[in-house]
Amino acid sequence: MTTISGEAVNHPERMASRSPAPGEGRYRALVRLSRNDDVRRFVISVVGGLVLALITGPEGNGVQMLSGINGALLHPHVFICLAVTVGVWVLITVRHHFARQVEHVSGRVMALPKAVLPDRRVRAGLWLALFAFAIIYPPTLNSFWQNVLVEQIGIYVLLAIGLNVVVGYAGLLDLGYIAFFAIGAYSDAYWTGMLPVHPPLHLNPFWVFPLAILTAMLAGVLLGGPTLRLRGDYLAIVTLGFGEIIQIVANNLQGVTGGAQGVINIPHFSVHVAGIKYHWGLSNLPYYYLILGFIVLALLAYFSLEHSKVGRAWTAIREDEVAAEAAGINTLKYKVMAFAIGASTSGVAGVIVASQIGFVEPGDFTVQLSILILVLVIFGGMGSLAGAVVGAAVLQWLPQFLRVHPLFGYNQLDLYIYFGAILILMMIFRPEGLIPSRRRRREIVLAEHGVGSADAMESGHSGGGLAAVANPEADL
Amino acid sequence: MCFTTNFWPFLVQGLADGFLYALIALGYTLVYGVLQLINFAHSEVFMSGGFASYFVLEALIGTSQPHGMASVGYVAIGIGAGAFGGALVAFLLERVAYRPLRRRNAPRLAFLISAIGGSYFIYNLAGKEFGRNALEIPAPFLNGPAFTLFGATIQTDYVVVAICAIAMLIIVDRVVAMTRLGKGIRAVAQDAETASLMGVNINRVISQTFVIGGLLGGAAGFLFGLNFGVAYTMGFTPALKAFTAAVLGGIGNIRGAVLGGLLLGVIENLSVTCIGANWRDVVAFGILVAVLLVRPTGILGERLGRSA
Repeated sequence: MTTISGEAVNHPERMASRSPAPGEGRYRALVRLSRNDDVRRFVISVVGGLVLALITGPEGNGVQMLSGINGALLHPHVFICLAVTVGVWVLITVRHHFARQVEHVSGRVMALPKAVLPDRRVRAGLWLALFAFAIIYPPTLNSFWQNVLVEQIGIYVLLAIGLNVVVGYAGLLDLGYIAFFAIGAYSDAYWTGMLPVHPPLHLNPFWVFPLAILTAMLAGVLLGGPTLRLRGDYLAIVTLGFGEIIQIVANNLQGVTGGAQGVINIPHFSVHVAGIKYHWGLSNLPYYYLILGFIVLALLAYFSLEHSKVGRAWTAIREDEVAAEAAGINTLKYKVMAFAIGASTSGVAGVIVASQIGFVEPGDFTVQLSILILVLVIFGGMGSLAGAVVGAAVLQWLPQFLRVHPLFGYNQLDLYIYFGAILILMMIFRPEGLIPSRRRRREIVLAEHGVGSADAMESGHSGGGLAAVANPEADL
Repeated sequence: MCFTTNFWPFLVQGLADGFLYALIALGYTLVYGVLQLINFAHSEVFMSGGFASYFVLEALIGTSQPHGMASVGYVAIGIGAGAFGGALVAFLLERVAYRPLRRRNAPRLAFLISAIGGSYFIYNLAGKEFGRNALEIPAPFLNGPAFTLFGATIQTDYVVVAICAIAMLIIVDRVVAMTRLGKGIRAVAQDAETASLMGVNINRVISQTFVIGGLLGGAAGFLFGLNFGVAYTMGFTPALKAFTAAVLGGIGNIRGAVLGGLLLGVIENLSVTCIGANWRDVVAFGILVAVLLVRPTGILGERLGRSA
């Protein structure tokens, strides 16, 4: 594979564009300039600076047309943004022109993690250190940060670990992940007797966990079963629709879900077993440790799953679905399994949140949240547990940090502009994520050189209707 | 029977919605034809068209009330502005979110993710720049009952939507079937590799396909905005339904998209009388799942290459 990593083979169309085009004439100098990579990057960086100014600029409104755009681009602020992006351009250009020297330095710096990280004991040690930190550090925080730790970081780390199974391990795209969270939350409300419809018996929220897991899994199987027979991108749009439907159903079925006003008074967790009595109240820290427990549980479960027969089947499906099928792997079964496992994790998170806040309403389950969890997984690294944990923690912590920091105020609503940009930038520059899974990175590189694929997006089950028509190998 | 009571008015409403779905669905179908990918950001192409036409008409019409030939002119300008806005965004989207990945031959998942990123980026940026409330497009014509048909009063704006949509659909169908550009699109849809060996510039064809889809989607954004106003959130639901329409008719199939759009619009509106307006989105989604289960290739079957 090393021989074809050169520029020329990768960029056939750029090669073609180097031959002189007819009709260049007068603009020849300009055209030649535009083909210079440094110039091209400079133009991109200037445009990027203007876009950055737009994003970070003031809010506009429809009444005064384009006031937001004027406020952003006709303001000294624009020069700061340009300085930032052009600065990045300078760095990149320097790096390109002094590649050997940079390599010399960065090679030495990166040598240590490269030598040490593959060692299993070192990685286990890092995990333990992280775990110890996660236990010891939070009690020293003030109540604001403890709240952030539970509601913004903890829950989303759990959700990211769950979605990582779907997106990372099985290579499927689930855009309605929050729907299963809603199912978990409403299961909690139902079994604790807070919905207008009453359950056969009232349970402590703790006993709801297995039921919520089952319900969410069932929903996953019912939704994924039919859809996963088809091309993988249908799953994305069906889950997107499903996320919307769950919200509409929760809104409309007033007699079952309590409608748009939501459900109140969902009880907190409590334990009365073998003389131990404990009640989770309003304080955040106990919930944090509960979530931490579930995160550790999920990490252990998914780590062993990844290295089991199931995990190898997922890998095989990702890398070459046809070959996997030919080798006797029931690809549909394993895809549905991944989808359902992911769904169950989301259901667990739903139960925790419902019991912690004590209140559930349909408006909590927006598509934006599903996208947010996807961003966390992509940012951290698809298929990498460490990536999901660290990516989610960093990306959920940073906005909160910036929000309370006096220097960078921003509008909460603008967050998703940045998240959208992160998705595009990650896909262009670092598709394997912040802390990549080695296997996944290798797959992406191989797929880019035309060997196998790195997802389960092609026609699924061989009996599926589209298998004969789809042309996934189209070299576009 | 529930739908016999108000059959004609809902049928007319359904067809009016259906024409919009068809226009948006064509964007999905054309892009799917050449790339075998769902363009997740098409909803934002639609929304951009709505905003572009709003800004142009707001500047031109203001508070005046045009009538007669002026109305026709303003509708044409609105469509033009919407189409331009949609095409511009579609073109940029292809350049930023798709082309760099295509160069690298990235896995499909990467395309979907970057398209979703693009969609959320545009969606929220529009919300920030143009305000979070719906804006009303100044009326280019006086809306009111135009004529009655089988007891259904047909509003002027339905007539406008139908005429504009039919004209555009016929033009696109002919462009794809008869022009050099259409030949290129069909060639890439049938077999991209062979097409490139035959001298088709694949990158250019893909760009053009995005632009055509953007023109239609943007114009649909204007027609939609006439009735419902424009807002940064306007794209999501119509686009999801248009996708359903494209799948219903057979994704990758131009006439299928039109048929699917009209059918979906009608079914959805008749379901309003039967089940209730709250559930119309659920019905549309139910149709999507049912089609995928029963006949995943849609009514007319797949493949852009063979359709025209």
